[in-house]
Amino acid sequence: MTFKVAIIGSGNIGTDLMMKILKGSDELEMGAMVGIDAASDGLKRAADLGVPSTHEGLDGLRALPNYKDISIVMDATSAGAHMKHHPVLVADGKQIIDLTPAAIGPFVVPSVNLNENRGESALNMVTCGGQATIPMVHAVRRATDRLIYAEIVASVSSLSAGPGTRANIDEFTQTTSRAIEKVGGAERGKAIIILNPADPPMLMRDSVFTLSQGGDEGAIRESVLRMVQEVQRYVPGYRLKQDVQFETISDNAPLNVPGIGRVSGLKTSIFIEVEGNADYFPSYAGNLDIMTSAAKAAAENWARAHNVEAA
Amino acid sequence: MAIPNKEKIYVQDVTMRDGMHALRHQMSLDDVATIAGALDRAGVDALEVTHGDGLSGSSFNYGFGSHSDLDWIGAAAEAVKTARITVLLVPGIGLADDLKDAYGAGARSVRIATHCTEADVSRQHIRVARDLGYDTACFLMMAHMTSPEALVAQALLMESYGAECVYVVDSAGAMLPADVTARVTALRENLKPETEVGIHTHENLHHGVANAVAGIRSGAVRVDGSLAGLGAGAGNAPIEAMIAVFDRLGIETGCDFAQLSATADDIVRPLMDRPVRVDRESLMLGYAGVYSSFLRHAEKAASDYDIPTSDILVELGKRKMIGGQEDMIVDVALDLVTARKAAS
Repeated sequence: MTFKVAIIGSGNIGTDLMMKILKGSDELEMGAMVGIDAASDGLKRAADLGVPSTHEGLDGLRALPNYKDISIVMDATSAGAHMKHHPVLVADGKQIIDLTPAAIGPFVVPSVNLNENRGESALNMVTCGGQATIPMVHAVRRATDRLIYAEIVASVSSLSAGPGTRANIDEFTQTTSRAIEKVGGAERGKAIIILNPADPPMLMRDSVFTLSQGGDEGAIRESVLRMVQEVQRYVPGYRLKQDVQFETISDNAPLNVPGIGRVSGLKTSIFIEVEGNADYFPSYAGNLDIMTSAAKAAAENWARAHNVEAA
Repeated sequence: MAIPNKEKIYVQDVTMRDGMHALRHQMSLDDVATIAGALDRAGVDALEVTHGDGLSGSSFNYGFGSHSDLDWIGAAAEAVKTARITVLLVPGIGLADDLKDAYGAGARSVRIATHCTEADVSRQHIRVARDLGYDTACFLMMAHMTSPEALVAQALLMESYGAECVYVVDSAGAMLPADVTARVTALRENLKPETEVGIHTHENLHHGVANAVAGIRSGAVRVDGSLAGLGAGAGNAPIEAMIAVFDRLGIETGCDFAQLSATADDIVRPLMDRPVRVDRESLMLGYAGVYSSFLRHAEKAASDYDIPTSDILVELGKRKMIGGQEDMIVDVALDLVTARKAAS
């Protein structure tokens, strides 16, 4: 059977997610589109495409006649709004997929830990930069004895960074840093975000730098290439832009890593490019695409698990 | 907390912040204390002390600092009697929380820096800075990349969030005096009278001091410089030369250029492991309009991948890379290696 999904948030992310679910999913179907601005493009599209919609937020969703049939609620609003939505949705028995940086439920990066959190009532999708880079951090971790430090730089086009991201950019860096540690497996994580206004807009770019000990270059490269393929299963436009680069940090010229101190090891540099599927936003917005693709993959995984239980 | 003396220009030193780029963020605590003490005695209003890329800039992407920001700030704060300690914060790299720690270490003034078209990412940091009691200024970086009119719109955003001063920042050292005049004049005419305007220059086209003069003549009341020009690219306006020029022009600063000159030559110049000057690499930054901090990273990539530094810099300019995108330097070098292989 398929499960009905409600999306809260009719901005770029929510609308792209709706288009992806409408385009085709064996496990999911659109149940409702929820916004707070009746004039938003997302709500208009929902109405045009025959998806039940409301511009009265969570209260409007709960008043919809088909609310009881909705199994999964995907929240693409803001961390602040999600904090208010979360307890209500839990009380109503809905499975929550949170696309904001609120990080109430455990972090989920589909290529890394999708099945570990199957029983959780709320899953958090980290950030776009986290979805693009944590698979690479984990790829280095699984090929080495010790992943001391991992740093990511996410560069996105200015046009694809909405007002929510801009008003609270620290939420992005802090949430991503924590997930680099918790999901990626680095002892210390750091995230940097750059908004580039170039016209025509640049594709989303992500660079991952790690410092590890124990583990050879060949094994790291092989693990990275394998992980790129795993991500490509749900994000077709995810690509390794350059060959993986290595540099030995010797004991007589150690790095002074914040929070760690002076340390040596192997530096690995991974350069990623993410081209979006252009389901709603143009293809340069790989940052939106990887977030909605990962969230859809998480929802489908939950649905498959429930179909197995039902069978 | 605006500038204390309205009768004179507010001189902000950046030797121990922008200068960090020139030293790959390696500066000892003793050197920081010595330089801070000398600047204080020479009458400089404020000294900026952090990693070159601001609070929490220490990283693979920008280079790990030899010390933490807090240790550097503490060393400088202990060495000064009257000068303010300033910090830089670039949203997306550093956090609003970093401002609390820096204040605790002795910082009292902050510059919150965004690319010249992205001012709206600075709101939360400006508010936190004001609440903590910082003198709160803002940087519009790479200001040559946008028009005076567009720059005004961004400056108005920063003012609306609480900025007490907005700087026109020529991060690429790409402006000529007329470019500075147009931008500073536009900000001065459109911001509230109580919001100050500042000017931050680089020497890449050898116009650091001339651009500072142009800024002041157009209404800027805060000006940046560094000892011996220690800064990214060809460096900043050398503070000793800038003060000497201001003296000749009758622009009052309260600074002693001869003392500054002695510190520049005796203390700062010997620290340089690469001369800070206009040369074929740093000149290309100014000519191509490329972020000055890319210089030393591009030189490393040039050496690692055997590609001329200037080719890397020109390509970064073509791709419209902005401040903070140091990761794209190796990416560009690898693309140039691939292109060379394909051509041969």
